[in-house]
Amino acid sequence: MQHPSTWFTESRAFWRRLLRRDRAEAGPIRLNRHRVYILPTRHGFILALVLLAMLLGAINYNNSLAYALTFLLTGLAVNGIIHTFRNLHDLGFSSGHNQPVFAGEEALFALSIDNRDGGERLALELKQTGGATTLLDLAANSQHWVNLHVPTSRRGYLPLPRITVATRFPLGLFRAWGYLHLDTACLVYPRPTDRRGLPSELLSAGEGSGDKGHGSDDFASLRPYHPGDSLRHIHWPAYAREQGLQTKQFGGDRSEELWLHWEMCGRQAIEERLSTLCRWVLEADGGGYRYGLVLPNERIEPGRGSDHRHRCLKALALFGETR
Amino acid sequence: MRRPSAPRRQPPQTGRLLLLAALTLVVLPQLTHMPLWLAAGCMAVLAWRLLRDVKGWSLPGGLLRLAITILGTVAILSHYHTLIGRDAGSALLTVMLCLKLLELRILRDAMVALFLGYFLVVTGFLFSQSIFMGLYLFAVVLALTTALIALNHPGASTARIRSYARTAGGLLLQSLPLMVLLFVLFPRIPGPLWSLPDQGSSARTGLSEEMTLGTITDLVESEEVAFRVQFDGAVPDADLLYWRGPVLWHTDGRRWSPLGNRVVDRLKSGQVSYQGVEPTVAYTLTMEPHDRKWLFALDLPARVPSLPGGAWMRPDYQLVAENKVTDVQRYRLESYTRYNTGPLPDALRHLALHLPGDNSNPATRQLARQWHNAGLTPQAIIRHALDYFRDNAFYYSRRPPPLPGRDPVDRFLFDTRRGFCEHYAASFVTLMRAAGLPSRVVTGYQGGEVNPLGNYLIVRQSDAHAWAEVWLTGQGWVRIDPTAVIPAERVETPLDLVRFSSTAAFGLDPNRTTWLARNWQRLKNGWDAVNYGWNQWVLGFNEARQAALLERLGLARFGWAALAGLLVVSLIGAVLLLALYLIRHKPPAPDPVARLYQHFCRKLARQGIARMPSEGPLTFANRASGLRPDLAGAIGSITRLYIGLRYGGRNPAGYHRLKQHVSQFRP
Repeated sequence: MQHPSTWFTESRAFWRRLLRRDRAEAGPIRLNRHRVYILPTRHGFILALVLLAMLLGAINYNNSLAYALTFLLTGLAVNGIIHTFRNLHDLGFSSGHNQPVFAGEEALFALSIDNRDGGERLALELKQTGGATTLLDLAANSQHWVNLHVPTSRRGYLPLPRITVATRFPLGLFRAWGYLHLDTACLVYPRPTDRRGLPSELLSAGEGSGDKGHGSDDFASLRPYHPGDSLRHIHWPAYAREQGLQTKQFGGDRSEELWLHWEMCGRQAIEERLSTLCRWVLEADGGGYRYGLVLPNERIEPGRGSDHRHRCLKALALFGETR
Repeated sequence: MRRPSAPRRQPPQTGRLLLLAALTLVVLPQLTHMPLWLAAGCMAVLAWRLLRDVKGWSLPGGLLRLAITILGTVAILSHYHTLIGRDAGSALLTVMLCLKLLELRILRDAMVALFLGYFLVVTGFLFSQSIFMGLYLFAVVLALTTALIALNHPGASTARIRSYARTAGGLLLQSLPLMVLLFVLFPRIPGPLWSLPDQGSSARTGLSEEMTLGTITDLVESEEVAFRVQFDGAVPDADLLYWRGPVLWHTDGRRWSPLGNRVVDRLKSGQVSYQGVEPTVAYTLTMEPHDRKWLFALDLPARVPSLPGGAWMRPDYQLVAENKVTDVQRYRLESYTRYNTGPLPDALRHLALHLPGDNSNPATRQLARQWHNAGLTPQAIIRHALDYFRDNAFYYSRRPPPLPGRDPVDRFLFDTRRGFCEHYAASFVTLMRAAGLPSRVVTGYQGGEVNPLGNYLIVRQSDAHAWAEVWLTGQGWVRIDPTAVIPAERVETPLDLVRFSSTAAFGLDPNRTTWLARNWQRLKNGWDAVNYGWNQWVLGFNEARQAALLERLGLARFGWAALAGLLVVSLIGAVLLLALYLIRHKPPAPDPVARLYQHFCRKLARQGIARMPSEGPLTFANRASGLRPDLAGAIGSITRLYIGLRYGGRNPAGYHRLKQHVSQFRP
């Protein structure tokens, strides 16, 4: 039951919403009537001119059916306001889990739209500030996931820009729109530097330690699954035989530990150091090493696997950031 | 489902095809009003556009398009000598619309073409406002609106056309209340805003201004309605139902014509006076447009009716409107069926005795002079003339033999003796004038047919008639209908017999007609009643009726302000009601199976178990069964049936079982 609010509190709430619409909100957001704005389109104004001409004709020729048609189309246009509004009204939006990306790549924001209506919602436009428009149709009583592509340039948390959801359906005479500012962000790792390979001094430090196999892709043995192991390395046939999760070990998995150290990057600016370290993390991870990361403010003990990799890259991404 | 959008929005293919189809429907009736070559040109352009969309032909380039546009404009200008007005304007619009179709690159082009289509529908109403045309053009509006919806759906597909049409129909239906409010309450402004171009070129059936022996024949064949009359009291007797039209004075022996404008202007003031004998007959006359200025009235009108443009009475008691009757006109009138027009001014007496000076029709003049020289009273002369028609073998015939030569009245009176009203009226007036009695021919309609459905009188073109008036001292102008004296056995068509004897619909006499004819007549009466209602309530709704409506609502003394206020308040109310209804009542699922499942979900939701949008039916069933183990069986079976129907194809038995289960489901 909604609290009966006075006009005063209603209008104050309205202005607050209007002024603070740029502040991100936690999802889900439902487009209620206060959130949907509507204005005529250019086509709507053209039709208004045509209707005026029709009315003048009807008056001049005193033609009853011309009056009737003019008024029917006027009614249709007015009805179009309601239908365009209804096409957006009561849609629910929430954000999903976003996969981290490297700076320079496109961030993918997963956005869920749910239509709890018995009717379809056609021709919805989603547009994030400065981005491309996504068009979609929603079936009745359905939920739909949309991936919004946002280009990235720098590391850190990239908040989802404000999204405008709009529609001109069904008549194209009016455009209804609402703003979504969902409190969600995508983690952007530093952009790995282009110089490939690990520095030689790092490799030589641990040279001669045991290698379990010959080639980096050679299958060596199975060991019990640890959280963080890559899904690609799970031995699925064993899982199917109900032997539990087993991870395949490859010849490339080395036993020695590498320490990726902030000071090893030489005289580089902070962002360049982070890029270099990012590249080293990727190389070490790809090479199957156990590696640890030392930053001026943080030390990550050696480890292996995608969780560990994420921890390291996240530390690089957020280095120096206050959030 | 997702598609990238282009910077300028394109009209979707389905929308474009629907637009072409709808615009073809718009243009078709327009083509019938255009010269053949122009219509052919428009069709060619339409075909070109269609071939572009179907076969991938290329469209003309910008320069060629410009050339065609200029050529079309010049062609219209040279044919109509103008670019504005109803005929030239709608031709120009049609041509421009067709040419616009050659250029539908972006969405705006398509939208503009569609709006032009709406406008062209309005110009279609200027040519005809019949029920059929109205229905056709409103169907066209439905087609245009369907195209409008498809154009605004970037993901449009041909499979959805039906759903677009349903949406368009729903939108238009919901707009009807707004339309009715605006139609009734929008202030009607009398008179044209700018002068209407002459529409004389479009001939309509109706009486003509002059009478040449043989012209009314065409009218007699026409079943078209001239006007309809609703009497306040009972319908007067058939022998009083003479509807006065043009009065003819001048003759060259064959042709009869009305008073010239100069004479009328000279006589206009103070000459139109007569004394009527109470009581008057009051009635409302709804006249079909005939593109003339005449108004018809029961002999003799007691006053001038109030028309939007004004009206006046000629010295020979004919009612004339200031403007041509191009729309349905409705007016209230009172008439005296008994009257005395008093003395005859000398100028008119002279005109009423005039016969051509060339000594045409000598035998007729000779006959009349005999009566005059015998010293008969005027009444006796009239009786002699009527007896002459009755006692000799005169026939009433719809297809009389032609009367060539310079003495047509002589030929008719002494030779052929077959003719109809105009022959009798013309020769009777010739006889009277030759005998020295002032007389004239009156044309109009006689009789009519009472429609029992609606209880009004229908007067058709076939009721067109001509009769005579003779001026007698002490009585003034007296109506004499020489045709009426022809005995029944000498009337060639039985239909004409009915005309003069009663106002009963022909065919309603059960002794004379078959079941089929009776029902045909009933059908005709029903259809005419529908048309009458259409004319009365839709086409004839003008500022006078609007004022009457306000008066009935008790708002008359507030005038315009009341109308505007009422309009605004009721419009806002109607829009709010519509909005409330549409936003509260969400559309039901299009699929009946889904509708049943929704009903089931609502029943559970009332118990606090609402289905999340992301929850599939099975997940939901599991969760719901966990929360309410007592319902697990029912929930399970409904979910199984639903999934089976939803993904397993059509199965009417399964549908009925699901329906039963859902209706019996009581959480």
